[in-house]
Amino acid sequence: MAHIFAYIAHKGGAPDDSAFELAAAARKIDPVTSPRAILTGWGADLDAACDTLSASYPEIWKIANEALAYPYPNAELVRKALLNVLPSDSIVLAAHDHFGIDLAPGLSIKMNAAFVSDVLNISGVEGTDLKVLRQEFGGQVSAHVCCDISSGAVITIRPGAFKAGEPTSGCGLIVDKSGEVGGLTAGRRYLETVVAEAGDVDITKHNVLVSIGRGIQEKENVAIAQELADALGAAVSCSRPVVDAKWMEKSRQVGSSGKTVKPKVYLACGISGAFQHLAGIKGSPFLIAINKNPKAPIFQVADVGIVDDILEFLPELANKARELRSVAAK
Amino acid sequence: MEILVCVRRVPDTSENEIELNSAGNDIERDELVYSINEADNYAVEEALQIVARVGGNVTVATVGSEDDEEVLRREMAMGANHGVMISDEGFNGSDGHGIATILKAFVEKGSYDLILTGVQAEDGAAQVGGMLAAMLDYPFASLVNSIEVLDGKKLKVSREIEGGNKEMNEIDLPCVLSIQTGINEPRYVGMRGIRQVASVPIPTFGAAELGVPANAVGEVAAKVKRVDYFIPTLGKGAEILHGTREENIDKVLELVAAKGGLK
Repeated sequence: MAHIFAYIAHKGGAPDDSAFELAAAARKIDPVTSPRAILTGWGADLDAACDTLSASYPEIWKIANEALAYPYPNAELVRKALLNVLPSDSIVLAAHDHFGIDLAPGLSIKMNAAFVSDVLNISGVEGTDLKVLRQEFGGQVSAHVCCDISSGAVITIRPGAFKAGEPTSGCGLIVDKSGEVGGLTAGRRYLETVVAEAGDVDITKHNVLVSIGRGIQEKENVAIAQELADALGAAVSCSRPVVDAKWMEKSRQVGSSGKTVKPKVYLACGISGAFQHLAGIKGSPFLIAINKNPKAPIFQVADVGIVDDILEFLPELANKARELRSVAAK
Repeated sequence: MEILVCVRRVPDTSENEIELNSAGNDIERDELVYSINEADNYAVEEALQIVARVGGNVTVATVGSEDDEEVLRREMAMGANHGVMISDEGFNGSDGHGIATILKAFVEKGSYDLILTGVQAEDGAAQVGGMLAAMLDYPFASLVNSIEVLDGKKLKVSREIEGGNKEMNEIDLPCVLSIQTGINEPRYVGMRGIRQVASVPIPTFGAAELGVPANAVGEVAAKVKRVDYFIPTLGKGAEILHGTREENIDKVLELVAAKGGLK
């Protein structure tokens, strides 16, 4: 079996949450051999991240180069650095996030290796074929995919899909590979990070969210959700298609590219339930899904589901909630 | 600026419930409504807006078959100057690597300053743009949600990163960018616009014209193959309320109050 490497991102000296998930994924490819961690970066942050990982990975390859300094390493530079140190036919795992999407496809080309992305589970290896589980159509359908790993592979793993294993106790060996990298230049240069605007309503501070998706159909209908939110003392949040269509501000978006929320109750209205959206819902709120498509993936993760048209259901729900309030006020 | 946008016709998930066929080895494709991949449509709109600012031409190309011509016509109706069909029986069954190999051969037949793709299509792989860039040795940026032309040699682009933050980058031309949905507001295309471009010729390029070796693409070259499709069961599944609408409303309000919602 080829060497398995887990490319691990880090921030402020701490390894990314994916570090242990990638190790768990690697063990599903090869239960016997422990994967190696591989980290790029510069300075004290890189050293601290490597030290932390030495508690859970038996071997850590460290590539220190000023051009690879954080906060945002350039994927093209990281790719060049990795190509200079990786043995041929390696299997490289990375998180399927904004950096993995930048790095992994091009890395697979330069390694002449197979590429499979956004993997949710790994069935195992038969001969030279690795069998994995993916999703298509926004999570509506799953598919098993076979990937010929005989000349190596680059595999991105969906964040949160693999249960992070117990860190193996012990003292990992940190191998400094910095000297093998050489000069690094790229056609793309990091300038700065622009932090998202706060917006008029802070959806992270509400106990109840009325969250709307593509099912709201048009901008004028956002008012229907707002009326319900007013009646419930809640705020209106949304999924990506609503922001893409410019029906609500980006600051209202729940998901991996939006806000992370921790309400007590989450009403998902006309939301299909793509994983990028679900990734923004933390703290296990009570999830009520209303969607006219009985096959919407949201029904698989919700606590309670109602198959109905939100454009009819929400106004009636708002009316009833207002009635209850006025009764309670008397 | 000469811009190539690589597009793809896909089943429209907002118009369809995706179901398995009776054999369980594919989705049921007979009744599906197809449309342009959403992110690709944003990419075409972005290309048109760039050309409106700095001049140039927009070419839309797809690797597909006769059925896919409708999406080229649609994007031409939006304003793309040229449509190109890249089609060959030998291309069938290509994986992402195969599609990128075909596109690379096409790119090298022309002269483009900027190549755009959508960030991902219905398979969620998000792979072809990054692969194409690496094959061409062009710089690449994924998840792009704004583009500013700095001069004839470079662009300023922002990438969508976690929490709605933006990573700003300068990138040299020629380059490949994968475009994220929401970058702009794609213009409306009516039937009339599509009729106006109905007779514009769309040239077809096959493996021979592009000089793509038969063993580099198609099913024979694919390292990645889908084995089956099935309907997933992720969690334990929701308790579906089967009452009348009034009963369901009462139940929802009761639950919201019980779970600490209403005050």
